[in-house]
Amino acid sequence: MSLETVKIETKDKFIELYHENQDLLKSDSPEYINSIREEAFNHFQKLGIPTKKNEQYKYTNLDQEFNNDYKTYISPKNIKFQIEDIFKCDVPELNTKVVLLLNGWYYDRENLLEELPGGAVIGSFQKAAQVYPDLIKKHFAQYAKSEKDGMVALNTAFVKDGLFLYVPKGVTIEKPIQIINILMDEESGLTQHRNLFILEENSEASIVVCDHTLSTPNFLTNSVSEFFIDKNARFDFSRMQNEHNGSKQVSHLYFQQERDSKVNTNTITLHGGLIRSNINVLLNGEGCENNTYGLYLTDKGQHIDNYVHMDHAYPNCTSNQLFKGVLDDFATGAFNGKVLVRKDAQKTQAFQANNNILLTDDTDMNTKPQLEIYADDVKCSHGATVGQLDEDALFYLRARGIKKKEAKLLLMYAFANDVIKAIKIPALQERIQDLVDKRLRGELSRCNSCQMHCC
Amino acid sequence: MEKDQDKILNEVTQGEYKYGFVTDIEAESIPKGLNEDVVRMISQKKNEPEFMLEFRLKAFRHWQTLKMPEWAHLKIPEIDYQDIIYYSAPKQKPKLESMDDVDPELKETFDKLGIPLDEQKRLAGVAVDAVMDSVSVKTTFKENLAELGIIFCSFSEAVQEHPDLVKKYMGSVVPYTDNYFAALNSAVFSDGSFCYIPKGVRCPMELSTYFRINAANTGQFERTLIVADDDSYVSYLEGCTAPQRDENQLHAAIVEIVAMRNSEVKYSTVQNWYPGDKNGKGGIYNFVTKRGKCAGENSKISWTQVETGSAVTWKYPSCILLGDNSSGEFYSVAVTNNHQQADTGTKMIHIGKNTKSVIVSKGISAGFSENSYRGLVKVVKNAKNARNFSQCDSLLLGDKCGAHTFPYIEVDNKDSVVEHEATTSKIGEDQIFYCNQRGIKTEDAIGLIVNGYAKEVLNKLPMEFAVEAQKLLQISLEGSVG
Repeated sequence: MSLETVKIETKDKFIELYHENQDLLKSDSPEYINSIREEAFNHFQKLGIPTKKNEQYKYTNLDQEFNNDYKTYISPKNIKFQIEDIFKCDVPELNTKVVLLLNGWYYDRENLLEELPGGAVIGSFQKAAQVYPDLIKKHFAQYAKSEKDGMVALNTAFVKDGLFLYVPKGVTIEKPIQIINILMDEESGLTQHRNLFILEENSEASIVVCDHTLSTPNFLTNSVSEFFIDKNARFDFSRMQNEHNGSKQVSHLYFQQERDSKVNTNTITLHGGLIRSNINVLLNGEGCENNTYGLYLTDKGQHIDNYVHMDHAYPNCTSNQLFKGVLDDFATGAFNGKVLVRKDAQKTQAFQANNNILLTDDTDMNTKPQLEIYADDVKCSHGATVGQLDEDALFYLRARGIKKKEAKLLLMYAFANDVIKAIKIPALQERIQDLVDKRLRGELSRCNSCQMHCC
Repeated sequence: MEKDQDKILNEVTQGEYKYGFVTDIEAESIPKGLNEDVVRMISQKKNEPEFMLEFRLKAFRHWQTLKMPEWAHLKIPEIDYQDIIYYSAPKQKPKLESMDDVDPELKETFDKLGIPLDEQKRLAGVAVDAVMDSVSVKTTFKENLAELGIIFCSFSEAVQEHPDLVKKYMGSVVPYTDNYFAALNSAVFSDGSFCYIPKGVRCPMELSTYFRINAANTGQFERTLIVADDDSYVSYLEGCTAPQRDENQLHAAIVEIVAMRNSEVKYSTVQNWYPGDKNGKGGIYNFVTKRGKCAGENSKISWTQVETGSAVTWKYPSCILLGDNSSGEFYSVAVTNNHQQADTGTKMIHIGKNTKSVIVSKGISAGFSENSYRGLVKVVKNAKNARNFSQCDSLLLGDKCGAHTFPYIEVDNKDSVVEHEATTSKIGEDQIFYCNQRGIKTEDAIGLIVNGYAKEVLNKLPMEFAVEAQKLLQISLEGSVG
């Protein structure tokens, strides 16, 4: 599985961009970041943007997307707005600590780092790199390796800002933190934010991420997030992808879990033109638990590609993957999940499932659930299905006087609910249930109470 | 109990390869190496018509542009294709009048392998086209089959006597451009079997071929072509054993099956090539392209394989389900032990309407081996109501081996239902305990459980093979649980 790149133009475009802006890129980053940047750039020169010949990107043509002209944000864009005026999240009763990223930059430029109760810190990654060099040095680019993926290399080469969260030992952050990624500009832009989340021993945090586009031009995102979850820490991560259909998003989440830690992730995809989500988990200690869930409801020409790499490096860990999707119109989808159980990772329990419902003949689903197992005392299974709604169940409902359309909705809703019910925050869960219901009825084109009404 | 199991594991897994011997037969070979002249020479030696030579040369030129594929989950030492003899024919009298004319040593070899080539064969009811180092030695039951209009002969014979059929079907399922090893085979293939079942004929006996690699340093490049015309039926068996060798031997075969309207072809394989010794030295490299085309409506192709041998196995018997209502089946038991590596599976390409496919794959790995299932189920847009069910289970016997599953599922329409499930586990201690408690020794219990595990596939084999396969499983694995 070599990482090959053929089209030279796309790669060269970024190489050129890097050379042109080198000084600006390096200007306000500490030395240690710039040396990682250099290294990443070298890797990118070798790897380039993955093409379909790259086994891991077989079903998603990124090269084509990245070949378009996009503006890159090397310095923060100055748009002044009152968040309450233009953006009001429509999850009622969701009491969260809200932070904003605008085009990949931490929005609150006056207050780049904010202290939370218990000594936790949230804020701009760029600022944190200057204020906490030791902490960042220890974790930055340690989990997302540039040599393995051209997209990570590209992000790292252009690293500027993003979100930084630090939760010290034993601290529990009660309120969920809501991160809102807003893309807003008059012209098409490429953002490459870089997030770093550090949870020390025995700490706990919960994050809700919402991706939004607030203006019509096409956006391209290539983001990398690294998560270090230390011993016995608990982390909950829910993500709502709800950008407009002209946007393309490639995101990489890298988790490293230490002994007895627990991580839940939920990715709910409602809208977006092209979405490629990479989730890489390394279970780096005994007794870890990881639950990775995803739900995607796509239509029109959307393309969704979920990639999960679950690495069981130590014994006695448990992982669950469940990805469910409904594809309508001429949407295309892909799922690529891999469970790797290393030698001596005995007593591993790893489960993986991908279920898809195709509603029209023009949809296209490719799924590739994989097991790679080098230990014998394990319980591993995977399953994948591609099909339609159960005729018998449909008949059962119709026999009880429920209209065909309604019965279908009911079944799809039940199908999706397996993932939704895994969301840990009750208010969010309720809201997503509502959104999914609307989405299935075709009533939802955007988060509708959002003030922007951008499309 | 752990200790007991370890002991049994050692005893059983260290069992020597039973079929390792070399027959001393004067062989006619051409020099080592591969170039256009060698390809021409092979064609000339076999006295082939012009179209065959052209086909070989086209394939050879294409092969030169290709690189050895690296996507499989296999570690293959670099193969020097110039260090292989591409043609070797046992020397014998030009024409065989009767059984007595067959080289006695050859006959002895087959007897040792338990292949009843002469009268015993009639009792066993199996017609054997025995291939020994590239040239068919003797074809039995030919007359009986000929009465029904069935053509069952060596590939070279078919080229001479039925050039139209060969020309029409050769390369129609596996074109020479298909892959690296298919191109290599197409360029240098030495011999193989050809089988044609005419319209409406149900072949009364199991057709069978034994392949053996014999002379040292010769790669064997077999090519099998089976054509089942409308409303016909045939069951074809292929079995392999190979003598013990220290050098790795290359085997790159092609099997093509064409099934016309309402026809059914059942292809069963027991593969027990030399797997190399306990330290992973020697053994056969087995790179096989097997593919069947369900060309007509309601046709059916069924692959059953028991893979226990070879140092490296790279094999994906596939079905192209072109005709409406056609169906494909793939049943496989793959066993790897010591340092064996296997990357095997299937491809089911659904093109016609209402096509069905079933995949049942049972992988068993022990020792330091690597066993992978790799499969593709593809449903194109027009394949309405396609149905697939896949089940791929892996059993790990020991903590040094690996079991992997790489299924690919690609569905392009809404009427199809595709299901895949896979599990990986070891033999439950409770299962062994249960047997122990009822007075069954650990070793027997493991044999019992493994055979039960593989039963679903073994049941699909014809009787003669099922017995051999069960023995093989026992030899390869019994008791090898840590």
